[in-house]
Amino acid sequence: MSLSRGQRDRVAQTALHSALIVFGALSLIPLLWMLSASFMATGEASNFPPALIPQRPTLEHYRDLFGRLALGRYALNSAFVATVTTIAALCINASAGYAFAKLRFRGRDRTFRVLAAGLAIPVQVAMLPLFLLVKSLGLVNNYGGVIVPGLASIFGIFLVRQYALAIPDDLLDAARIDGASEFRVFRSIVLPTIKPVLATLALWTFLATWNDFMWPLIVLSDDRKYTLPVALAGLVGEHAQDVELMMAGAVITVLPVLTLFLFLQRYYVEGVTEGSVK
Amino acid sequence: MSVAGESVGRVRRIAPGWWFVAPALLLIIVFFLGPVIAAVGLSFTDFDLYALADPRAARWVGVRNYVRVLHEPLFWQALRNTLYFAIVGGPLTVAASLGAALLVNARALRWKATARAVFFAPFVTTLVAVAIVWRYLYHPRYGLLNYLLGYVGVHPIDWLGDPNWAMPAIILMATWKNFGYNMLICIAGLQSIPRELHEAAALDGATPFQRFRHVTIPMLAPTLFFVVIVTMIGYLQLFTEPYVMTQGGPLRATTSLVLYMYEEGFRWWRLGVAAAIAFLLFLLIVIFTIIQRRISPRAGT
Repeated sequence: MSLSRGQRDRVAQTALHSALIVFGALSLIPLLWMLSASFMATGEASNFPPALIPQRPTLEHYRDLFGRLALGRYALNSAFVATVTTIAALCINASAGYAFAKLRFRGRDRTFRVLAAGLAIPVQVAMLPLFLLVKSLGLVNNYGGVIVPGLASIFGIFLVRQYALAIPDDLLDAARIDGASEFRVFRSIVLPTIKPVLATLALWTFLATWNDFMWPLIVLSDDRKYTLPVALAGLVGEHAQDVELMMAGAVITVLPVLTLFLFLQRYYVEGVTEGSVK
Repeated sequence: MSVAGESVGRVRRIAPGWWFVAPALLLIIVFFLGPVIAAVGLSFTDFDLYALADPRAARWVGVRNYVRVLHEPLFWQALRNTLYFAIVGGPLTVAASLGAALLVNARALRWKATARAVFFAPFVTTLVAVAIVWRYLYHPRYGLLNYLLGYVGVHPIDWLGDPNWAMPAIILMATWKNFGYNMLICIAGLQSIPRELHEAAALDGATPFQRFRHVTIPMLAPTLFFVVIVTMIGYLQLFTEPYVMTQGGPLRATTSLVLYMYEEGFRWWRLGVAAAIAFLLFLLIVIFTIIQRRISPRAGT
């Protein structure tokens, strides 16, 4: 028995959308369960069969986290570190990316090749001497030590350069003939033109800094200065049994970046596809 | 630095380009390339807690750290664990990415944008936070995963407590977290396959599966290969998942090279030994990079 074309399409449609639902559920269940468990009463998540929906939703864990456990402070620390890093990294990598794309100077291409080779080196190789350097600069347990080493990003420079290559030289030359300085050209012509890639870079930097764990863990020793991920990893050591409390902590950590992504995902996605064309 | 010095004598004015790249270059040299080179030196010293207080206490010990590390069973175990994670996790992640990409790219699919955002969401989340979430999902008694597996008759697994299951558990979690990223690259790859190829194959009576097997896969192979290697290189740097979920246990079954390096360097302050581990990791990554460059010279377009 053979199916008509319409029937076959309908079967394919159903199969496709079933797969979509299964795949989508697998992606979302951990996050949804995290959210749901964060509203459960203490102990409710440690039951068999597992509770999926809070019986009587409560905000006590959030109150506990922001009150007794001062998670608000860590959220502010994280927000501060991520914001400062993003702004500074944007200036530094945008100007370098533009120069590597559009300005001519001796040694430019050689320098760029050295940077490109550096992309293959894992950051962990630099970490031990970097720690000693940061220590000798007196920046251990200081946000300077967290922020400064990561500001210049070879990946960020690549991203901007890739985009800036498309700026027509005529546009820049016209401004130069009108007597604009190089800095002026950069500020009033280049920056407006490359706005989309700047948005991508800003979003990437912010999310990566917010999510970063290993380096802040190494540099920050005073627990009042911890960023959210470091504080959360410490919290789970003491409160591993408090599932609901930990889930509320995870929600607080994840929610800002997830929200940011939902609203600005277009820029994020462009970063991935641009970045993969190295 | 040499940047300014070079142009002082010969050219009166420093080329403006240098001013634009100077901040980034300076930072990269001081905080990245410099430390990388210093790491080589560090790995040949006995830099430890005493040297931390007074760097003059560090002595040159030649290749002793390397010899010591290579004689350490824990190093070999960490290496095995790391390779296990990368070699199984990399292809698995990319397979999931490809599946998701095919799904999102299917012409008949509705809610494409939503589907893409949903698949990508785990990648954006904070690793520490979701690693904690998965710790509870993996709970042998109350965890959601064992509960769901119970429906298909699987007996409860002690995911993070059994040395044989701990690494698969971390691989599964990492796959969930990361497949969305490569999915985007796979989608771009799928869209770059000329539609005529599919149409011609369909005209010849090829079924959708045959088209997938004989058109999609060969056309996508370079991208897939590139993505697998890049994912593996990223996975060789495994750290946060075992740190948060298992502390490297049980029985060291999830101690990765970076976790081992972290413990030597920042817990026991044996920075010389840790630098040697870091360099051996670097060597491993270089090998993977060479394989990638050899086999796909036109990297990931």
